[in-house]
Amino acid sequence: MSSFGKPLKIALGLAVIAALIIVPMNFNRYGLFILSQWAVMSIAAMGLNLTLGYAGQVSLAQGAFVGIGAYAAAIMTTHGWPLPAAILVAIALSFAVGWVLGYPALRVQHHYLAFVTLAFSTLAFLVFRNESWLTGGIYGISNIPRPHIFGIATNKPLPFYYVCLGSLAIVSLAVWWLIRSPWGRAFMALRENPLRAQSLGIDTRRYTLMAFAIGSALGGIAGALYAPLTQYIDPVPFNLSLSLDLLMMVIVGGAGFYFGPFLGAMIAVLLPEWLRFTEGYYLMLYAIAVMLLLIWSPTGILGILDRYLAERRTKAASALRAVAKSRLETVQ
Amino acid sequence: MSAVLEVSEIKKNFGGISAVDGVSFDVREGEILGLIGPNGCGKSTLFNCILGQLTPSGGEVKLDGKLVTGLRPAELNKLGVSRTFQLLQVFPKLSVRENLILAGQEHQGNMASRLVGRSDAGLTEAANQMIGFFKLDHLADEPAGGLSYGQQKLLDAAMAFMGGPRLVLLDEPAGGVNPSMLVDLKDRLVAINREKNATFVVIEHNMEFVMSLCSRVMVMAEGKVLAMGRPDEVRKNPAVIEAYLGH
Repeated sequence: MSSFGKPLKIALGLAVIAALIIVPMNFNRYGLFILSQWAVMSIAAMGLNLTLGYAGQVSLAQGAFVGIGAYAAAIMTTHGWPLPAAILVAIALSFAVGWVLGYPALRVQHHYLAFVTLAFSTLAFLVFRNESWLTGGIYGISNIPRPHIFGIATNKPLPFYYVCLGSLAIVSLAVWWLIRSPWGRAFMALRENPLRAQSLGIDTRRYTLMAFAIGSALGGIAGALYAPLTQYIDPVPFNLSLSLDLLMMVIVGGAGFYFGPFLGAMIAVLLPEWLRFTEGYYLMLYAIAVMLLLIWSPTGILGILDRYLAERRTKAASALRAVAKSRLETVQ
Repeated sequence: MSAVLEVSEIKKNFGGISAVDGVSFDVREGEILGLIGPNGCGKSTLFNCILGQLTPSGGEVKLDGKLVTGLRPAELNKLGVSRTFQLLQVFPKLSVRENLILAGQEHQGNMASRLVGRSDAGLTEAANQMIGFFKLDHLADEPAGGLSYGQQKLLDAAMAFMGGPRLVLLDEPAGGVNPSMLVDLKDRLVAINREKNATFVVIEHNMEFVMSLCSRVMVMAEGKVLAMGRPDEVRKNPAVIEAYLGH
C-alpha cells in the first residue's frame, strides 16, 4: 500500500469514518439494522482473521463464540446487569473457552483442526438448544434491553448503530495495535513457518493458544452486541452456518489483510440486500460470484489489490534500475 | 578453554535404523567446530537432537555444564543456542528487516512488554546493523521470499545471530551460495566469531570452506564419530579418506 502516500490514506480513512457517521442519519430502521449488523459481523470476522488469516489456525467455531457472547449478554442484561459488564463477561468467557479450544491446535493442523473446531461448534449449538434452564432452549431469550451509554438511551436504531460503530472502532484500533506489535509478528511466524519460529525462541504453544483465545474473544464481543441489536436470540443463528459465513467473509475479503474482514462482512451482509431484486436467484448469484472471485484471486479481494500494487512497485523499481543503468553507461 | 556444549552418548533410532549411534563430543568456548561426513551419516539428526527438535533415544546434552536434554527448541534458544537450517527457512512474506526483528524479538522484554511496548521491540537499529553487516542494504524492505537463494541463505544466517547467541549451529550455510558470496559469508562468520565471541558448529560439504573456517573438524560416518581433530590432521586420517574424502 506504500504507493498510495500517507496523507492520501489518512484522508481516505477519515472520509470513510465521516461517511459511516453522517450518511446513516437519514437511513430508515431497516437500513440501520443492516449497517449495525455489518459492524457486528466485522468484529467477529476480525477475530477469525486474527486466528486464521494471521496465525494460520483454521477454525470453524467462530459462530459458536458469537453465540457464547450473545447468550452471556442476553442472560445478564435481562437480569438487570449493564451491557458493558456483560461485554466484559463475554470477553472473559470466550477468551477462556477459545484458549481451551486452542489446545487441539497444538497437536493437529489444517483439515483435522477444522474438524475439531467443527465438532466444538456443534457442541456449542447443542448446549444453546438443550440447556433450556439457562438459555431458554428453542424459545430463546426475548426482550433483551439496549443499554444506556453515558445516560443516553440507545433504544432507537440510530443511537444503537453508533454503539456498534463505536465498538467496531475500538476493536479495530486494538487489533491494529496487536498485529503490528511483536505478537502480530509472532502470529505470522506461526502461519509461515512454525519450525523456524521455534528455533528463534518463539513460544509457539503460547502464541497459538493466544491467537485462538483473542480471536474467540472478539467473536464474544460481536455476540454481546448482536443480542441487544436483535433484542431476541435463539440457537438457530449460531449454528454451523454462521461459522461458515464468517469464514467466507474472511476469505472473500482477504485473509491476513487488515481490511479484509470489513470488506468481507460488507459483502456478506449487504450483497444479499442489493441482490434482492433478483428474488430467488440471489443465493445462486452469490455462490457463483464467490466461486469466480476465488478462482481469480484465492487471496480474496484485497489480494487482487495487493497483487496490483506489488506489480506496480516491481515495474517502478525496474524502471529505476534501467534509468540508473543508462546513466552509468553514459558516464562510461 | 571450557566446554560450552557437552554431548555424551547421544543416540537416535528411527524404527530399526540407528541414525545417530552414541555420539560424544565437546564444543569449546569460542571455537568453530566443523562437522562433516557423507550424506545420511546423521549430522542433521544430531543437530536436531541437540536442539530439541527431536527427542534423542538416549544420551545427554549439557550447555555450560547444565543438563538441557529434552528442552524445547524455543527454550534452548532463550538460553542462547541458535541455528540455521539446511533448507531455507525464512519468513517469505515478511520483509528482510521484519524477518530480523522477528528473529530477535523474543529476547527482548517479556510477553506483556511485547504486547504493549514498541512494535519493533526496539530492534530496528540492531536489524539495520545486521542488514549492513550481511550487505543486504538494498533489500531491507523487500519480502524475503523475493530474494535470490544465496541472499536468503545470508538472511537465514543473519537471523540466527539476532538474539545474540553464544552457540550457533549452522546446517550447510554454504550450500547453494555462489563462490563470491561464499567468501563474504566466511568473512562474516569469522568476524562474528571473534567480535561477539560466539561459538559455532558448522555442518558443511564444501571442504575448502570447512578447512579454512574451522579450528577443529569432527567427521561422522554411519551415525558414529570417525575422527576429530585439526583440519590438517583430519585430512590425512586414512579412515576419513576411506569413508568420505576419497582418494
